Amino acid sequence: MTKQPPKTESGNLSVAQTEKFYYDNAIVRAFGFATIAFGIVGMLAGLWAAIQIYYPQSSLGLAPTTFGRMRPLHTNAIIFAFVGNASFAGIYYSLQRLCKSRLFSDRLSWIHFWGWQLIIAAAAITLLMGKTTGKEYAELEWPIDIAITVVWVIFGINMFGTIFKRREKHLYVAIWFYIATWVTVAMLHIVNSFEIPVSFLKSYSWYAGVQDALVQWWYGHNAVAFFLTTPVLGLMYYFLPKAANRPVYSYRLSIIHFWALIFIYIWAGPHHLLYTALPDWAQSLGVVFSIMLIAPSWGGMLNGLFTLRGAWDKVREDPVLKFMVVAITCYGMATFEGPMLSLKSVNAISHFSDWTIAHVHIGGLGWNGFMAFAILYYMIPKMWGTSLYSKKLATNHFWLGTIGIVIYAVPLYWAGFEQSLMWKAFTPEGQLKYQFLETVNSIRPFYILRSVGGAMYLIGAFFMVYNLYKTIRSGVFIANEAAEAAPLIKLPNTKNEYWHRILERKPATMLVLSLIVVALGGLIELIPTFLIKSNIPTIASVKPYTPLELQGRDIYLREGCYTCHSQMIRPFRDEVARYGEYSKAGEFVYDHPFQWGSKRTGPDLAREGGKYPDSWHYNHMYDPSSMSPGSIMPAYSWLLENNLDTGSTAAKIRAMQKLGVPYPEGYANISNKDLMRQADSIAANLKKDKINTASGKEIVALIAYLQRIGRDIKSAPEQVAVSQSNENNK
Amino acid sequence: MGVIIILLIVSISIALLFLFAFLWSVKSGQFEDDYSPASRILFDDKTTTQN
Repeated sequence: MTKQPPKTESGNLSVAQTEKFYYDNAIVRAFGFATIAFGIVGMLAGLWAAIQIYYPQSSLGLAPTTFGRMRPLHTNAIIFAFVGNASFAGIYYSLQRLCKSRLFSDRLSWIHFWGWQLIIAAAAITLLMGKTTGKEYAELEWPIDIAITVVWVIFGINMFGTIFKRREKHLYVAIWFYIATWVTVAMLHIVNSFEIPVSFLKSYSWYAGVQDALVQWWYGHNAVAFFLTTPVLGLMYYFLPKAANRPVYSYRLSIIHFWALIFIYIWAGPHHLLYTALPDWAQSLGVVFSIMLIAPSWGGMLNGLFTLRGAWDKVREDPVLKFMVVAITCYGMATFEGPMLSLKSVNAISHFSDWTIAHVHIGGLGWNGFMAFAILYYMIPKMWGTSLYSKKLATNHFWLGTIGIVIYAVPLYWAGFEQSLMWKAFTPEGQLKYQFLETVNSIRPFYILRSVGGAMYLIGAFFMVYNLYKTIRSGVFIANEAAEAAPLIKLPNTKNEYWHRILERKPATMLVLSLIVVALGGLIELIPTFLIKSNIPTIASVKPYTPLELQGRDIYLREGCYTCHSQMIRPFRDEVARYGEYSKAGEFVYDHPFQWGSKRTGPDLAREGGKYPDSWHYNHMYDPSSMSPGSIMPAYSWLLENNLDTGSTAAKIRAMQKLGVPYPEGYANISNKDLMRQADSIAANLKKDKINTASGKEIVALIAYLQRIGRDIKSAPEQVAVSQSNENNK
Repeated sequence: MGVIIILLIVSISIALLFLFAFLWSVKSGQFEDDYSPASRILFDDKTTTQN
């Protein structure tokens, strides 16, 4: 007996012959296993980094395992390897079933899989080597950026190809989320990754200063939106109804949710730059859209939770639903908190503090992690034709994870709030009440608690590995799952060839083509014109970095200093009192990339230049606690040993010239002469303080850079005033 | 701030792309039935024939 084929939208097709075909489970298994493996790796890296914050010696004193490199490794592993692979697994599983079709091409599926894993491996190696662009969540260097683009296009072809040959006319809402993910991530990645290569694994961001910051956070926030949110929402709309075995609460709401979300999300980025040197109007624009976002976000959350109406008894039984309920609740909390944090008055307190870290981990651990766990617990028994080995163990995983999230997040909220208020406290005499280090030490217990929460979450994940392993052992893998459905018969379109008819027949082609045209044509023409012109400094005293400072800055990037130190003094009384004159947009025109940072685990460095003698920096890098007792900064002793690679200087200067930095013509060839002169003078300076070092060491270059930061406008305050009134915030 | 023009162009073209997709989906009747798609995904197309 053949089952009645499902009715298609056109109604009278139910008589059509059904076709037999097979779903490809092997590719889902591959992505699923990669999810598990990289999830564990990414969480381990996170835990290690978290421990280093209160116990810096745990970095082992090695460059690759020090916080500044571990933290990018952690974020990249979690975002692109863990959540990325989980999304691909879930998308490939659900897309086939929603389209009633095998994936477009097995070969493309496997190129996609291996390409992505190679990218991850390359990312891990290069990040640990310190090869980084210095832009958060976009740290990977240009050859890997190109590989990502290629693999992403392959994923797109495979996905649109599958949608194309579908046997179900209606595109279920989850598919819309997948499409939006693909289109937008492609665009974000391309725009933000514009960089000029210096060598095989070194490049400079095409944009500088304020512009770079804006592009970076336009990317950064939309990466959250379109890499961590929309694909996972798509998964929610498929796997939640399937697991609960009831339709989504309101399909109409899900459609409204989708279109509203994607139209609003893209504008929210500037809320990461409130009170910075970004023009005020751009900040306000970001705030308005961020607040509007609460509507579609909560629409989605409620739609998810209401789907379980009358089925809450199932939640008691089924670990998959348990994970989903907490995931969706965390989504709701994070998307309520997001708009709140976008309010300038709240952001004044939250920004640069651990509050942000707590916020993203509600999203990361709760929403992304728990959704990934849920779909793994759902798909793996199904694909092995068995049932979960132990519901009890999964429930233990659930509770361990949930309590882990609470123990992770609550101390960090507290820490963020407490530290931020301490930063802002003044004595009645009008002096800053606390030294920076005092504020750090006051929140150390919270850092310890946070790592306990993280460890619990990780142990839970190990429970899952064991549980899934036993599940797999008890079943037989169904690599090709048989299914049947009636083919989709195209109605003849003889009458009225409107534009939308043509579009209807080739939606994928149209999307891809217009994207490429817009992206390439528009960008390649516009970027050089706009950017190089707007690099003309508005503050006359701001000069390009010297060759030695430039090299030192690259060491600053390599060691990931920006993961703990900001370079952006906001115009608040306490910040001006603590760090110095607030930052102006014109100061950053030669900063490729910008280094404003997003977190102050250590103090801001925007006016670091000239604050301490050279010898202080030398000793501080060798052993931070010798200069500031109780400091949690790791030691960077290898900088004292390593010789500076001066062979790259000329290429770096030339690259900067291409980006419009006004070094004199032919300066590249003589730049190393200037470099050595400055290095010698710093070495001589150190010698006065009884420190003997060769002038060719990396530490000398780093000192040169640190002593330069923020000094330019100090030397000519009157010019600042003039240029400020002339052209503000260029 | 020249870069804002690029971001606007890019963002607006994405928005227009989605607008086109939205118009297409509405005109082609994707959303005419907002009840059965939600239920349809629950029916797995298990084959009853041997495999």
